[in-house]
Amino acid sequence: MNVVLAKTDTGRAVSTSFALARERLPGSGKVAEQRRQAFEAFEGAGLPHRRIEDWKYTDLRALMREVLPLAAAPDAAALSRAEAALKLHTIEGTRRPVLVDGVFAPKLSDLGKGEKGLSVRTLREVLEAGDGPLQGELLASDNSNPMIALNTAMATDGVVIEIANGTVLEQPLHVVHVASVGAPAAMFTRSLLRLGRDVSATLVESFVATEGAKAYQTYDSLIVSLGDNARLDHLRLIEDGLEAFNIASAAVTLGAHAQLNTFGMVSGAGVSRYQPTIVFAGEGARVDTNGVNLIKGRQHADTTMFMDHAVPHCASREVFRAVIDDRAHSVFQGRIVVRPDAQKTDAKMMTRALLLSDEAEADNKPELEIFADDVTCGHGATTGALDESLLFYLRARGLPEKEAQALLIQAFVGEAIESIANDSLREHVIAAAQRWLEARG
Amino acid sequence: MALLEVKDLQVRVEDREILHGLSLTVNPGEVHAIMGPNGSGKSTLSHVIAGKPGYEVTGGQILFRGEDLLEMAPDERAAKGVFLAFQYPVEIPGVATMNFLRTALNAQRKARGESEYSTPDFLKKVREVSKSLSIPQDMLKRGVNVGFSGGEKKRNEILQMALFEPSLCILDEMDSGLDIDALRIAADGVNALRSSERAMVVITHYQRLLNYIVPDYVHVMAKGSVVKTGGKELALQLEESGYAQFEDA
Repeated sequence: MNVVLAKTDTGRAVSTSFALARERLPGSGKVAEQRRQAFEAFEGAGLPHRRIEDWKYTDLRALMREVLPLAAAPDAAALSRAEAALKLHTIEGTRRPVLVDGVFAPKLSDLGKGEKGLSVRTLREVLEAGDGPLQGELLASDNSNPMIALNTAMATDGVVIEIANGTVLEQPLHVVHVASVGAPAAMFTRSLLRLGRDVSATLVESFVATEGAKAYQTYDSLIVSLGDNARLDHLRLIEDGLEAFNIASAAVTLGAHAQLNTFGMVSGAGVSRYQPTIVFAGEGARVDTNGVNLIKGRQHADTTMFMDHAVPHCASREVFRAVIDDRAHSVFQGRIVVRPDAQKTDAKMMTRALLLSDEAEADNKPELEIFADDVTCGHGATTGALDESLLFYLRARGLPEKEAQALLIQAFVGEAIESIANDSLREHVIAAAQRWLEARG
Repeated sequence: MALLEVKDLQVRVEDREILHGLSLTVNPGEVHAIMGPNGSGKSTLSHVIAGKPGYEVTGGQILFRGEDLLEMAPDERAAKGVFLAFQYPVEIPGVATMNFLRTALNAQRKARGESEYSTPDFLKKVREVSKSLSIPQDMLKRGVNVGFSGGEKKRNEILQMALFEPSLCILDEMDSGLDIDALRIAADGVNALRSSERAMVVITHYQRLLNYIVPDYVHVMAKGSVVKTGGKELALQLEESGYAQFEDA
């Protein structure tokens, strides 16, 4: 049965697309071979569907049907549309690499002054130059996941950021992905962020669209490593167009005593799926993740997170909130594995869903696999509507219904937003949440 | 024109009729006390006037300055000048009190076609009023009523009453859960707001509150309607004789 499914039209269409795209994909020799293998893996599996447990709630074969052809490199018109779209999404005081339709756009980027210990290059540069080990790392691919394999095969560009031991970056890095395509097309990016020992840095990623961009697909993959005692604040904002697909993954490795704080918010994209895998490789590290879905209409937003406690004495906190209106569908699958040696692990996961309509749907799937005996692990979930007694109190004080709801929704997501330490980033996120609330009417 | 006219009001909750033809007229400047035993329908009356969902009005009407109040959403009633001080003010974590006060005040002003308060004017006013009610400034930074004591929650209600300047104040069991000092502060706050333009309806089980907020009229409610109306001396009389005489009737 599966064999038959794998040979759908979808597979053939992409096959043609890969053949056509090949010339435009950077890298040759070993890189090209890695791409070929990854593509074979994708072609063999096809788009994931609901009979694969991991994709039960997000059946890409049904939702997406096909992988669109690779977007053309942006022309002058596309770049000027992107420039207009950037205005709303620029954060003062950041270094800003910009990718338009999956291609680095130097004219729209603002990398600021050079800073000792910081190197920012494009994926294309690295794949076309001779840095073998780094190339290998960039295209290392978990081909058991067809969407990661597809990304490996097709990655056109991206940002490769390396930060040397001991560097403390004051300015956040803000990688902006702008979709500007006029016709339906797909864009594939892969980026890498490497923090050496004792590094402190902030990475913001935004996925946005120009006004005309509608039915596009964006595929991204991020590779992050934190050296011993490094600290990373990572923000991820999905504000793609409501007809767009955003399929992304992250592979994060933490050294000893490293600290990762993440905040992700999905308010855009018709269908999104984010698959972060976080691996504790050194003792004493800590991860705090906060996720917020603000979705409405027919939006579908899936976060599937894998927290791999491979070593002892690490802690992880996952708090995931969803505000779901109309017929939107929010999915959170959180898997925590505590390996046999990982004693004294402290891992907790919490999901909270706020349903604003009778047809809204929230699916939570916690999975805890614990192989060590001296650990603290737990998960919890709540799902409910806005509290009627609070709504009445606010309305009795003069707030119209939508405003009263908005205030309570703000309070619901506010706690997550408060976790963002940097003032201007927090303000930026509040503004994005505000835009969602205002669009709700 | 009367400020509030409740005419032959009949109200059900699910299958049970709670108010059976209640009538009440309140003019500007008057303070009315509504007393009665538990379950007589006092709080139902306050909720229906404020527009709380879950009550079905099966007969009668409520006019506010001659307008049909029952046709208005709760927020429209607030903007028209109806204020209910809750018996149990809710806690709203994550919504800072100051932000809430400003949002509510501006929503009411907007609904009336008035301009928004400027920030300095607003802050000045909040500071004045909160000082007179012994509300510490740091309380205003916290979530609405979060971690407030019973007395602080009631004072927060009166703070809102003073800020919003409603023409009809309904105080639902303001004295419940307050010790004598807290009661005095709250009552002083209410008395400071008495004026010839503003009317108050004070709902209470006990006469004690009426020593501090002295009413012009006292109504006794029992079994869903007003069974007796008199002056302030009626409250004292009730303290002596209790409600049993009305409940048996």
